[in-house]
Amino acid sequence: MARTGRIREKLRWSKIYTFSCIRPTGSMTADASPSLSLPGPGHSRVVRCNQPHAHRRNPLNYPSNYISTTKYNIVTFLPKAIFEQFRRVANLYFLLAACLSVTSISPFSPVSMIAPLAFVVGLSMAKEALEDWRRFVQDMKVNIRKAIVHKGNGRFGNKFWHKIRVGDVVKVEKNQFFPADLLLLSSSYEDGICYVETMNLDGETNLKVKRSLEVTLPLEDDQSFNDFSATIQCEDPNSSLYTFVGNLEYERQVYALDPSQILLRDSKLRNTSYIYGVVIFTGHDTKVMQNATESPSKRSRIEKKMDYIIYILFTVLVLVSLISSIGFAVKTKFEMPEWWYLQPQRVGDSHLYNLSTPGLSGIFHLVTALILYGYLIPISLYVSIEVVKVLQAMFINQDLQMYDEETGNPAQARTSNLNEELGQVDTILSDKTGTLTCNQMDFLKCSIAGFSYGLRSSEVEIAAAKQIASEESGGSVQNGSGIDYWENGGSSCGSSPEIKLEGGITCKIEKARKPMIKGFSFEDDRLMQGNWLSEPDPDVILLFFRILAVCHTAIPELDEETGSFTYEAESPDEGAFLVAAREFGFEFCRRTQTSVFVRERYPSSADPIEREFKILNLLEFNSKRKRMSVVIRDENGQVLLLCKGADSIIFDRLSKNGRMYEVDTSKHLNEYGEAGLRTLALAYRKLEESEYSTWNTDFLKAKTAIGPDREAQLEQASDMIEKELILVGATAVEDKLQKGVPQCIDKLAQAGLKIWVLTGDKMETAINIGFSCSLLRQGMKQICISPVNKDLITQDANKALVLSLVTEQAVKEDIQKQITNASQMIKLETDPHAASALIIDGKALTYALEEDMKQQFLSLAVDCASVICCRVSPKQKALVTRLVKEGTGKVTLAIGDGANDVGMIQEADIGVGISGVEGMQAVMASDFSISQFRYLERLLVVHGHWCYKRIAQMICYFFYKNIAFGLTLFYFEAYTGFSGQSVYDDWYMILFNVILTSLPVISLGVFEQDVSSEVCLQFPALYQQGPKNLFFDWYRIIGWMSNGLYSSLMIFFLNIGIFFTQAFRQGGQTADMAAIGTTMFTCIIWAVNMQISLTMCHFTWIQIVLVCGSIATWYLFLLAYGESSPLISGNAFHILVEALAPSPVFWSVTLLVTAACNLPYLIHISYQRLYNPMDHHVIQEIKYYKKDVEDQCMWTRERSKARSATKIGFTARVDAKIRQLKGKLHMKVSSLSAQTVVLPPSPDVL
Amino acid sequence: MMNNSGASAAGSSSGSGEGSAPRRNFKRPKYSRFTQQELPACKPILTPQWVISVFTLVGIIFVPIGVISLMASHDVVEIVDRYDSACIPRNMAKDKVAYIQNAAINKTCNRTLKVLKNMDQPIYVYYQLDNFYQNHRRYVKSRNDAQLRSADEASETSGCDPERTTAGGAPIVPCGLIAWSLFNDTYSFKRGNENVMVNKKGISWKSDRDHKFGKDVYPKNFQNGALIGGAKLDPNKSLSEQEDLIVWMRTAALPTFRKLYGKIEVNLKANDTITVTLENNYNTYSFNGKKKLVLSTTSWLGGKNDFLGIAYLTVGGLCFFLATAFTVVYLVKPRKLGDPSYLSWNRSPLGY
Repeated sequence: MARTGRIREKLRWSKIYTFSCIRPTGSMTADASPSLSLPGPGHSRVVRCNQPHAHRRNPLNYPSNYISTTKYNIVTFLPKAIFEQFRRVANLYFLLAACLSVTSISPFSPVSMIAPLAFVVGLSMAKEALEDWRRFVQDMKVNIRKAIVHKGNGRFGNKFWHKIRVGDVVKVEKNQFFPADLLLLSSSYEDGICYVETMNLDGETNLKVKRSLEVTLPLEDDQSFNDFSATIQCEDPNSSLYTFVGNLEYERQVYALDPSQILLRDSKLRNTSYIYGVVIFTGHDTKVMQNATESPSKRSRIEKKMDYIIYILFTVLVLVSLISSIGFAVKTKFEMPEWWYLQPQRVGDSHLYNLSTPGLSGIFHLVTALILYGYLIPISLYVSIEVVKVLQAMFINQDLQMYDEETGNPAQARTSNLNEELGQVDTILSDKTGTLTCNQMDFLKCSIAGFSYGLRSSEVEIAAAKQIASEESGGSVQNGSGIDYWENGGSSCGSSPEIKLEGGITCKIEKARKPMIKGFSFEDDRLMQGNWLSEPDPDVILLFFRILAVCHTAIPELDEETGSFTYEAESPDEGAFLVAAREFGFEFCRRTQTSVFVRERYPSSADPIEREFKILNLLEFNSKRKRMSVVIRDENGQVLLLCKGADSIIFDRLSKNGRMYEVDTSKHLNEYGEAGLRTLALAYRKLEESEYSTWNTDFLKAKTAIGPDREAQLEQASDMIEKELILVGATAVEDKLQKGVPQCIDKLAQAGLKIWVLTGDKMETAINIGFSCSLLRQGMKQICISPVNKDLITQDANKALVLSLVTEQAVKEDIQKQITNASQMIKLETDPHAASALIIDGKALTYALEEDMKQQFLSLAVDCASVICCRVSPKQKALVTRLVKEGTGKVTLAIGDGANDVGMIQEADIGVGISGVEGMQAVMASDFSISQFRYLERLLVVHGHWCYKRIAQMICYFFYKNIAFGLTLFYFEAYTGFSGQSVYDDWYMILFNVILTSLPVISLGVFEQDVSSEVCLQFPALYQQGPKNLFFDWYRIIGWMSNGLYSSLMIFFLNIGIFFTQAFRQGGQTADMAAIGTTMFTCIIWAVNMQISLTMCHFTWIQIVLVCGSIATWYLFLLAYGESSPLISGNAFHILVEALAPSPVFWSVTLLVTAACNLPYLIHISYQRLYNPMDHHVIQEIKYYKKDVEDQCMWTRERSKARSATKIGFTARVDAKIRQLKGKLHMKVSSLSAQTVVLPPSPDVL
Repeated sequence: MMNNSGASAAGSSSGSGEGSAPRRNFKRPKYSRFTQQELPACKPILTPQWVISVFTLVGIIFVPIGVISLMASHDVVEIVDRYDSACIPRNMAKDKVAYIQNAAINKTCNRTLKVLKNMDQPIYVYYQLDNFYQNHRRYVKSRNDAQLRSADEASETSGCDPERTTAGGAPIVPCGLIAWSLFNDTYSFKRGNENVMVNKKGISWKSDRDHKFGKDVYPKNFQNGALIGGAKLDPNKSLSEQEDLIVWMRTAALPTFRKLYGKIEVNLKANDTITVTLENNYNTYSFNGKKKLVLSTTSWLGGKNDFLGIAYLTVGGLCFFLATAFTVVYLVKPRKLGDPSYLSWNRSPLGY
């Protein structure tokens, strides 16, 4: 029965495939190594296949397949989480204060000290617990996935993933994930190959071919595992994804294993019905888990800086307390004996006022003072910050403009403690696949026989057209000043819906796009519906379509519902070609071992004709050859070589008479390239039968050759036939970027952010994407750093394998040289517009990231406008992130969608995960998740900017408020003989931070907006206030602290001076401590609330209610407190009604002190506003006076100027183009000969 | 044919989209102006006009208040007489503490005060103590409000350390250091030969008399110990009637303080001579405290203190100055509001 599974795929791929699928016969047999042991340490792992029970006992007891990524477990949670909490200095201090508050030393009641601490710590711990719980649930979801495992006697059954042991034989079916690292034994294909998608590991989307050993091929059905037994000896668990060393001992013979037999956990089986494999590594031993790094707890920069402020305040606190306690000791020693009214002799058992031991009393008093002045270090600050951040996170979660209608995912702030960090980001490190691109290729244009087809424009072109149009209609062409092309485009383009661009590209502003066919965005009636027959060269076009339909390695799959075919292709490019061919009427419908069947549809006949093309040879694509070819025999018996490949390669191999369209095609290719499209050139060659057969014998010889030369021979053989080609045309495929990605990158670049792309993809792919998302452009210097040509090394290696160390050294030196040269080149560059891009290969990166080279590499990278790292492993991504983070000292943000980005997401200051695609690993590891890359702009430029300013202002204000309040306590001490008496009622002090001043400051932290979100987006330069840290620099912090000091002085001494000794009201009563304390406190409430009103510039009803409410609450509280039993209120009984309210002095003092306290700040902001306004001030004014409406010209001009001078992004590309155009214009004036170049034929003319 | 396949493919995809739409939408945030941070807001900006007018306005308000306060303060007539050293006989001047602690010596002392300006009744009589730390933490805490308030709580003496109980353990009412150290100098006044009555009623807060000091609480075991602090209380008068005590129990905020002694309810003319007969009982000599007798009228603002007026005038004056300064600077070097040339990217490369 198992055989039926192979019916459809009864293809010997090895016969078609040339390179990778060919099994060198008899390469490793018994002669290889007689003993099982591998050389060297680190290869101790022994796996007894099909004997999982052997791995339940030592010494082969390997960990189970259970994974856990949680930080805590039930036992460790309390100690670990509490330790985390009390790592914060402030919390430690509060803990100490709380401990002491139960003694008689404390000036306050224990509850007032312990409750807030418990609240803060409890809240944070609850948050931690919740996050860890989520992680646990996620782990469990993975752990209880089911896999089909051999249960003995050839029977297979379901088993939870976490129960899988080393040595188990598992069967994995199509589109399932591998539960552990497996050794491939056999697959549904007869020759034991299978296709694997490793996106979760390295982000690469093209399928990889894995193949089993020849000897294990017979293990092709369930029954055959009945008595299967083998032993694997291999390397110990490690994190290297691309290496594997091991031996398989099977039927008393030893076979060497290599990475191509290893299937890694978290990769996916594709295009293959099922495979059998044996488990080698489980759980945390698997390569993917070895690549995982522990998720670190992150703290924002502001919070770290806040710690320093806490240190400063703590120093002040200790200083003030020392002064107090010394004063107290002195007073106790020298003066207190004379104060008979204190009965100083009768001290009882307390040491507090002991005359005989003033020193000891002083030390006790120090503790009292430390608690008393604790208001300098506000515990409520932490509570408030937590509350504010949660609310800010709520706003992020609720933002409809970051909600993705398609996937139904809103943005999510998964950890709220990094909100403000979003406003300070300097470098963005982005994954490519799934983040920038949706990993979908769309066939967009083609050039056939020298004519360009395809009317639809790429996103880049549309934007460029809008830009040019808006400049023309605006009439004012400024150098490099583009308006917002993306938003304004509609209005300015509206008058002329079709704008001709230089280069003959037409921009159609499509009102409604036709229903999309996945992979096909082509639109040109000249080719569709069979109209191509009336084009000038129908023969060439026919050939073009056939190349698309035949030259590939895909398998068709019939979609039962629609009756059309979908294609399982190795790369999405290929899929796009096939879809295109299908839409043009050349539907690839069947593949057999030797033939490809294509249904060709012509308008002349109703039914499609099915044609068979015999595949004689298939010359596979690889990154070195950059081309692939098939040799076919068509129905007429004609032998043809069809080839597609990179234009440079193809153009080199054209025959003399095959260059007919070369000029036009290469021009088109340039245009396509400039439009951000991926291009391939198509060519063919007619082969004479004799010519073919001679070549084929050579080729077969190479194919069956043994030894290391084989590949070189094969390549040579291919080279021989892939020449004398005749150019047919070129294709242009748009690597479908995610919606809005170029715009977003553009905006982010304008906001002064640097963007690095780290991808697992090949260099060419990465460069293409760089072009299409405007990170690269024509005219940019591309610095490609990759290890020296492999040929050199292999040739050397042929001679001496012992020299491998030397070559390693040589490679490293070479890379060092490359980096040095590039740095030199950049330094010598004088053109201000010149930009360079650094593209570095993963292999080169391993050297560049070494200790002695990384600084050099970093400084080069920082000098480059854009950096693209390709073929990087997850670990390298994390290392690069760390290098940027630590090397530049700036805030880094990493964004990615797959498991391969987890390391980088965790390493960066902020990790952003893309949600909504499969695989939640990235999201789980991230601090923020958004469903599309483009929401990053709003997340940073709007929310980040706001949160940064809010938190910064809030913290500054908090310190101001508590200094203003706390120091008055100190001054009063000096008047009480430093006895530790506070002038305020205990209740006032408790309420001060909890109720009376907390809500306004929270409203500042939650609702403050310097400018509206639209303005934030329109003026990306405003974002730079964050990375430049204009709102939380020491200048500002010290300023606020001085303001607090000043206010405290004013509050205290004005009150003392005014209330001095005389009667404070007409009734002759003098003020007692309660009256002075209450008045002083009233002044504080007014002063700090007025201060916050001056600080805010955005008053919704909430702020107004909260600020006014705070003041009103104070009076209400005073009233209520005064009305309560005198046992509770003490001397504050009826204080407002009876004593203070009827006294004009009370009110006039309030007015005076409030005014006096806020005067300096008012002067400061008035002066700053009038003579040294910051950007948001001016923009506020423009908005306030509606100048943006009156003078739109100015508004748009300023908006465009607000961009940071950027060398990447779309704007830069347009700027460059405009510069180029202007340059050409000059040339045109001087010499008309340039005209032919400037005016290419437009398709509309044709 | 081709169109069909395209359309059907698209149709099926959109169909699947609709099918899962309800599930998807539940995550959609609800729109409200609050969650989208689009609440209507007042965004005032600080224009030069505002700045100048705010400063001017503050000046306009503060200067008159200052002037009125000063005038009120000047209307108050105040006679201050320091008597602590003057009331010590010359022979005891070297050992003041011994003098004051010797109960056998008669402490009566006569002082003559000259009235410089007409003083309209009520004239308030204060005693002022210097260097007396009524605000010391040990002192402030040493009282029990419950005991003062009701007779049932007489034994409630917590917090009254070290003056809680007698040596025998009987609770002291009122307990605590504050009551124990009650001020006990007394004053009587004569104008010529005519006695000037001092009204000692109504010198305390009404709420204190009514609610804090019980009508049925009588002093018990007060000043019976070995250490005698200050005044003794009439054990037959309830605490709510002992206004001296009530006033004294309101602890002062500063070590220099005045407390109301009584009211003189006759007008005193300028150049009247007042003879004060006082009992100099209270010991301030131990800690070098001054004692002063103060006679003062009040204005609507209370007693004599120029500080409030001066402070108002200073702030008001400063604001006028600032208003002028800003006006001048504004006229000399005006900045057009919303002038984009002040944006950082339009300014010198220095930027921010």
